[in-house]
Amino acid sequence: MRAFTYERASSVEAAAKAAASNPEAKFIAGGTNLLDLMKLEIETPTHLIDVNGLGLDKIEATPEGGLRIGALVRNTDLAAHETVRRDYGLLSRALVAGASGQLRNRATTAGNLLQRTRCPYFYDPNQPCNKRQPGSGCSAIGGFSRQHAVVGVSDACIATHPSDMAIAMRALDATVETVKADGSRRAIPIADFHRLPGDTPHIETVLERGEFITAVLLPSPVGGKHIYRKVRDRASYAFALVSIGAIIHPDGTGRVAVGGIAHKPWRVEAAEAELPKGARAAARGILADARPTEQNRFKVDLVERALGAVLSEARG
Amino acid sequence: MQDPIQLELSRRDLLISSAATVAVTGVAGSAAAQSAGKQMAYVTKVNFTVNGERRELDVDNRTTLLDALREHLHLTGTKKGCDHGQCGACTVMVDGRRINSCLTLAVMHDGDEVTTIEGLGQPGNLHPMQAAFVKHDGFQCGYCTPGQICSSVAVLEEIKANIPSHVTGDLNSPAQLTAAEVRERMSGNICRCGAYSNILDAISEVGGITA
Ligand SMILES: Cc1cc2nc3c(=O)[nH]c(=O)nc-3n(C[C@H](O)[C@H](O)[C@H](O)COP(=O)(O)OP(=O)(O)OC[C@H]3O[C@@H](n4cnc5c(N)ncnc54)[C@H](O)[C@@H]3O)c2cc1C
Ligand code: SF4
Repeated sequence: MRAFTYERASSVEAAAKAAASNPEAKFIAGGTNLLDLMKLEIETPTHLIDVNGLGLDKIEATPEGGLRIGALVRNTDLAAHETVRRDYGLLSRALVAGASGQLRNRATTAGNLLQRTRCPYFYDPNQPCNKRQPGSGCSAIGGFSRQHAVVGVSDACIATHPSDMAIAMRALDATVETVKADGSRRAIPIADFHRLPGDTPHIETVLERGEFITAVLLPSPVGGKHIYRKVRDRASYAFALVSIGAIIHPDGTGRVAVGGIAHKPWRVEAAEAELPKGARAAARGILADARPTEQNRFKVDLVERALGAVLSEARG
Repeated sequence: MQDPIQLELSRRDLLISSAATVAVTGVAGSAAAQSAGKQMAYVTKVNFTVNGERRELDVDNRTTLLDALREHLHLTGTKKGCDHGQCGACTVMVDGRRINSCLTLAVMHDGDEVTTIEGLGQPGNLHPMQAAFVKHDGFQCGYCTPGQICSSVAVLEEIKANIPSHVTGDLNSPAQLTAAEVRERMSGNICRCGAYSNILDAISEVGGITA
């Protein structure tokens, strides 16, 4: 790990300012992704701003009937929160499907959204990777690509976003609330928060330098059956090959976001109109522009079948 | 320009660090060591309580909680396995919750209460979970065992506190203490000897799972 200086932020504004004034600074929340990558020198901040002491660990009701989830709320606490379990069950389910009990006790809401890909070439500094080293090439294209993306890919990068929580947030139409270095605030719909890889796979979100996440907002509950189905290589403690986050109403309508197949939580609102007709019709719309590799072509079928299982669970 | 007095201070702080030589050049030569005009050091003071005892350390910022426990405080019960949060050998309790001590910095734990395997119990005065692991042969080589035991104790507390898991049936009724729940919740602790069934027996006995 490279040497770095360290400060405990005194306020949200001070944190954003400190980060904006130093291009090599990073916020640290749970640290479970950042430190992992710093040990491998994939992330090399020269300054860390610890944001754990800012009191952003509360879950509050909003005047609109939704929830305001502080950026530093731990994954365990979010999953266990009474209102979340009752009204946003999909979010609880997605959270507990991710990582381990130990990691969820540290991992935060903002850190989870910003966790980086698990592409094995990204993790191996000896391999070319456009995301780690822009312009060096993509080792996964033509390489070992079983776990990679099938939609929204580019010629520069076919990595997936690994978060389970983000899939639920996408289906729930969450909004990410931020503070910029100049003190101004904005609200970013989760649909616009993560970017597709395009020619710049190293730029993963629309956040500006120093922009700090203060909370994630959920609109008022929409009812329906909340189901998160994660398909992976072992029954627990593994990243998704494919995951389905769904809210299905008794009349068969609903919403579906899919994990493990794209550089961002994947949701195609137009395809949701097909849900009452069944998984095949809806999956066709969700994967309309799929560009799988030889090794991950199976994900196209897997999305349809996992969605089929979700729809029959919703009926049953 | 850097304030010479502050620079002097951070130099002195640095000299007691193990990475002093690397760090001193960093501070003197790099603007990155400054944030909002403040001079900062590569070494930070941290105060925490470990197994009931107040400890104060000056650590290189890079020091993980795991390394602080093992290398600075010589509490070598906590083990370094993968050092990337994948194996669970480094599991300790911080403020009553289990975490991977390898994926957190010591300096992030100012004021916290840390409990390691040494704090759960000692030879002659074992924690019931330690005694149950011995009774049920919940290990072979023993390397993952401290992490397994810390996790086991925390898992029973988490079920009591009604924290849901991936196998919890109904999110709106209390979490159940069952073998399936324990298995799922222990998945962050890998045992390469494969002592899992005996580990489950030990936890079941302490938790009072009959089936
Ligand atoms: C072995 C292992 C298995 C895992 N399995 C899964 C899994 O199955 N599913 C899954 O979803 N995840 C999994 N994870 C990933 C885990 O969920 C993430 O590491 C965690 O959610 C990151 O949160 P954090 O608070 O620790 O982030 P940190 O590591 O602290 O930060 C991550 C990034 O977010 C930035 N950041 C943090 N807070 C803010 C803020 N408020 N504003 C702006 N920027 C911020 C940091 O600068 C950093 O760049 C796994 C991790 C490990 C190590
Ligand atoms: S898929 Fe993306 S992250 Fe993986 S090697 Fe290619 S450029 Fe790097």
